[in-house]
Amino acid sequence: MKILAANRLTDGETVWLGAGDCWVESIDAAHVARDKEDEERLLAVGKGGLASNQVIDVTLVDIETVEGRIHPLRLRERIRAGGPSIHPDLGKQARLNARSAA
Amino acid sequence: MYRYDEFDHAFVKARVEEFTDQVQRRLSGELTEDEFKPLRLMNGVYLQLHAYMLRIAIPYGTLSPRQLRKLAHIARTYDKGYGHFTTRQNLQFHWPKLTDIPRILEELAEVEMHAIQTSGNCIRNVTADHFAGAAADEVADPRPYAEILRQWSSLHPEFTYLPRKFKIAVTGAERDRAAIEVHDIGLHLKKNADGELGFAVFVGGGLGRTPMIAKKIRDFLPEEDLLSYVTAILRVYNLNGRRDNKYKARIKILVHETGTEELKAAVETEFAALRESELKLPEADIRAIEAYFAPPRLKARPEGDAVVAGAVQKSPAFARWVARNATTHRNPDYACVTVSLKGIGEVPGDASDDQMDAIADIAERYGNDEIRVSHEQNLILPHVARADLPAVHAALVEIGLATANAGLVTDIIACPGLDYCALANARSIPVAQEISQRFASPERQEAIGDLQIKISGCINACGHHHVGHIGILGVEKKGAELYQVTLGGSAREGSTIGEIIGRGFGPDEIAGAVETIVETYLSHREGQEETFFAAYRRLGVAPFKEALYGHEARAA
Repeated sequence: MKILAANRLTDGETVWLGAGDCWVESIDAAHVARDKEDEERLLAVGKGGLASNQVIDVTLVDIETVEGRIHPLRLRERIRAGGPSIHPDLGKQARLNARSAA
Repeated sequence: MYRYDEFDHAFVKARVEEFTDQVQRRLSGELTEDEFKPLRLMNGVYLQLHAYMLRIAIPYGTLSPRQLRKLAHIARTYDKGYGHFTTRQNLQFHWPKLTDIPRILEELAEVEMHAIQTSGNCIRNVTADHFAGAAADEVADPRPYAEILRQWSSLHPEFTYLPRKFKIAVTGAERDRAAIEVHDIGLHLKKNADGELGFAVFVGGGLGRTPMIAKKIRDFLPEEDLLSYVTAILRVYNLNGRRDNKYKARIKILVHETGTEELKAAVETEFAALRESELKLPEADIRAIEAYFAPPRLKARPEGDAVVAGAVQKSPAFARWVARNATTHRNPDYACVTVSLKGIGEVPGDASDDQMDAIADIAERYGNDEIRVSHEQNLILPHVARADLPAVHAALVEIGLATANAGLVTDIIACPGLDYCALANARSIPVAQEISQRFASPERQEAIGDLQIKISGCINACGHHHVGHIGILGVEKKGAELYQVTLGGSAREGSTIGEIIGRGFGPDEIAGAVETIVETYLSHREGQEETFFAAYRRLGVAPFKEALYGHEARAA
């Protein structure tokens, strides 16, 4: 299974392609491609995002699902999805923590 | 320190305007990413895992309080409240928005700073001994020459598209604190028998995937020939360096494949043609640049010895700090202070906006307005009266930067690693933090003595692991982090590349492995005077290997 990751052009924020082909800031909202055909489609949409200057560095990321949640296979992508492991107070993980605490 | 003249101001301003226009054109879609990427890299803008990264040049690691305050302001206003000092004496911000970068560069230009040539295949920021102009063991201040090289190399049209990046380091002391033998060109400023200044020239050093110690190709180059000779080296490299393979494109590979003697002959031929050209440095020009670096007028402060002795009696914490973090100044009333950015369990090289502001205040009040960045990722106050050391220590305690560990096992160099860097394969910082916590006890650190641990999160070796007494390289194996250990590296004069000791260690094992290595050293050393590095040179790898892997060999 794969998802499509990129960084937003204006601020570099890591984003994934989600439902309705929108770029989303949380990996939980990423669209999961379960077959080659869907992967091809993700890549085509990603190419479009690159061409329309929304995103850069578009790549497919290998994932599995753990208890229904998206879990990238590589540590690199897991850190990218949360933020620096040394700074739980920074990056996406901080926003999630703040939301769950509220 | 050096002050921009009208030309410098106009040059940086024009560059900011040019890049601002390029950013606008990128945002409007007029430039594609493929077109924009080389332009942003030439201005120090990288893309990392979570955001863009902006690398700001700090020429030869010298900063004024005003500049440090500006960096604090940028951290606070445009980033996430901190900056990361690097092994190239630069500063990185890890969270800037592309849309803010033009404004950041404008603000930097206000304090005579920029991000030009902090990336790309050009001559990068020239680094120097962080105690330059202050150290007791120095022949002359190397920074005027670093500044001459900076001016000459800035947007040098011939050397903007080299086969690969190119790094120059300069030292003016026998004790090499600038790691010159692991740079593309290393310059050792010295005097000849007639008392004239010149350089021993080393070429072809480097770390990365193929670590090499530089070869000395000139024992004494007169100072007036600096630019002619360096140009000759760059020309030989630019013409003959490999462009077919990125991993073989550094000058170290050219030196290795050509052979030192043949390369030296090629450089000398080029040099002979250039020697009497406009590159010859007029005496008046060298002395004019030198004047910018005139040492501060240091008032006599003979009460220093008594003040320090009194404070040492009263406070063991001060005693430890002064023993480790104060280095001999050429003026006996003064000291060079190392402000450790290696607090126990902290991120090596990181400083918060408030800490940067506070250090700027301390430098103004007690430090003759000077701050340095060391390649060891600490900050330096090069000119502090010994009589003011207790006050400086107290001020550093206030901001959590009084850790007394300069040169000790917890003074660890670490690259940003996989927590930030898109090139990394493994994390570096958590490894540094865990080792730091294990060796937190000041008494234990003191008993261990001088020991340099250097950690890189990938083979590019930004954390200088090859030249750590204990080097740690993070790799990715089967999707997990694995740490390889090297022993016996050194970046001092007579540098050595560490040897890989054996199989790697998982993230949960690596700090324990380091502890085993340190305990093995302690049980084998011939007394406290024998440092880890000296003991390793005497003992070789065997006892360390036995301690780490012996039980496995026996089990097998």
